Amino acid sequence: MNDIAWINAALTSARPQALAALLRYFRDLDIAEEAFQEACLRALKTWPQNGPPRDPAAWLIMVARNAAIDSTRHRSKLTALPAEEIVSDLDDAETALAERLDDAHYRDDILRLLFICCHPNLPATQQIALALRVVSGLTVKEIGRAFLVSETAMEQRITRAKRRVADAEVSFGAPGPVERAERVTAVAAMIYLLFNEGYSASGGETHVRAPLCDEAIRLARLLLRLFQSEPEIMGLAALLLLQHARTPARLDAEGNLILLEDQDRTLWDGKMIAEGLALLDKAVRHRQPGPYQVQAAIASLHAQAEQPEQTDWAQIDLLYGTLERMQPSPIITLNRAVAVAKVHGPEQALAMIEPLAKPLAAYFHYFGVKGWLLLQLGRSAEARSAFDRAIALAHTAAEAAHIRMHLDRLMRDSKPLHLSPGERSTERREGG
Amino acid sequence: MQYAILCYHSEDVVCSWSKEEDDAVMAKLLVVQDKLATSGRLGPVARLMPTTAATTLRKNQDPPLVIDGPFAETKEQLLGFYVVDCKSLEEALEIARDLAKVNPGGSYEIRPVNYFHPGGNSA
Repeated sequence: MNDIAWINAALTSARPQALAALLRYFRDLDIAEEAFQEACLRALKTWPQNGPPRDPAAWLIMVARNAAIDSTRHRSKLTALPAEEIVSDLDDAETALAERLDDAHYRDDILRLLFICCHPNLPATQQIALALRVVSGLTVKEIGRAFLVSETAMEQRITRAKRRVADAEVSFGAPGPVERAERVTAVAAMIYLLFNEGYSASGGETHVRAPLCDEAIRLARLLLRLFQSEPEIMGLAALLLLQHARTPARLDAEGNLILLEDQDRTLWDGKMIAEGLALLDKAVRHRQPGPYQVQAAIASLHAQAEQPEQTDWAQIDLLYGTLERMQPSPIITLNRAVAVAKVHGPEQALAMIEPLAKPLAAYFHYFGVKGWLLLQLGRSAEARSAFDRAIALAHTAAEAAHIRMHLDRLMRDSKPLHLSPGERSTERREGG
Repeated sequence: MQYAILCYHSEDVVCSWSKEEDDAVMAKLLVVQDKLATSGRLGPVARLMPTTAATTLRKNQDPPLVIDGPFAETKEQLLGFYVVDCKSLEEALEIARDLAKVNPGGSYEIRPVNYFHPGGNSA
């Protein structure tokens, strides 16, 4: 790796910790971000000559603090710290200082930074955008591209989010155990949301945005390192790894979705699967099951089947049953119906999803599954109308193309039919 | 003499490499390893999963306590190791320098091996 590459990797990895500490000092996200930015610029100048400091995060925190204090002229209120040119040479002093500054706080600092991004006052899309900007350090342009909106629009969205967060006045004191647990839960949900946005994009031509999935996994590992013995966080990290392992096999060369059972399983990422299974294994030992662990367990059964026929659908059915009890939701019932169809046949599955018609009236997958079940029962006309509805509701071109494939298959077996003209839904999520 | 070359690096940094960057580093390391294997000096090599996958058994009590996470929370983590067969420490250092050239950052700890079992049934 050249200088720029390793410095970038070091800056990216130090970012959450450094920014979190700066946020505690300055209690203002913009000042913290500007200070961190300034420290990064100085790192790019100093590090190639002096070599990387022993603790990049500590170096960045100190340099950023100095820079911000200089620029805000509040020097009198805070103790001056050594200049960055000499900091790298003061190994022991640097470490001691960094530890005193930081170690007592860094866990709650990072948690606070993450929590600010998923504050309940923020709508989901703003949460993700803010986390990508603040914690991951993606540029506004990159985030805009991921959400298919202009840089200006994304800038506005992030500014609005920051203002809301500032108004919400998140406490800067050390959180109590209950507050801490609540923050961990909210952060985990945000990471899950971010992953899903990457895994099945809510709009546009691309169905998968792998960088968002990578970023979500990085944040899940970060959260797990802060809370090493939380089984649900292990479950979350396992779930994301097991799902993302399938990414190389999910789309064909034209960008069309490939069904799980048609995927080339040799393309699945074996390392990610192994790590996911190891984390799930660790989590299960705690005997405190939760929704992320159950979902990871379902994903693990798919991941372990070398051939689709080897999938343990009966176990998957049971796990979805558990998940339904933990968090009742029509979408979970719909997923369970797929397992039920495999174990008990399409008739039973169809009966199971009938009551979902109303709550899932605008849900693409509902009509996809319904069509698939009707097709197996030989009710082609009804299947066709379900598929038509699915196409009208598809969020991405890949989703629509996938249903078309089913329709093409139907057409081969019967007379031609008219396809719905709309490829994309008008009901796309905000900013989708 | 066999030496273990223990690889320490910040896993924050290593985990933030893109897949392409990671693959590139692994490919370059493989070239060094191939050279060692050809000269018959390469023993087992392992890359470890992130410390989030680690479990520690604290055996300073009875029964031992199982805790999640690595033994020590440090700025740099043990991410993998090599076992190499060398005539001298200088030779082992030379190998470590070669590895460092293609994978800079972090540290290698070079430790002579006292007892070695290659695995399997070695009776």
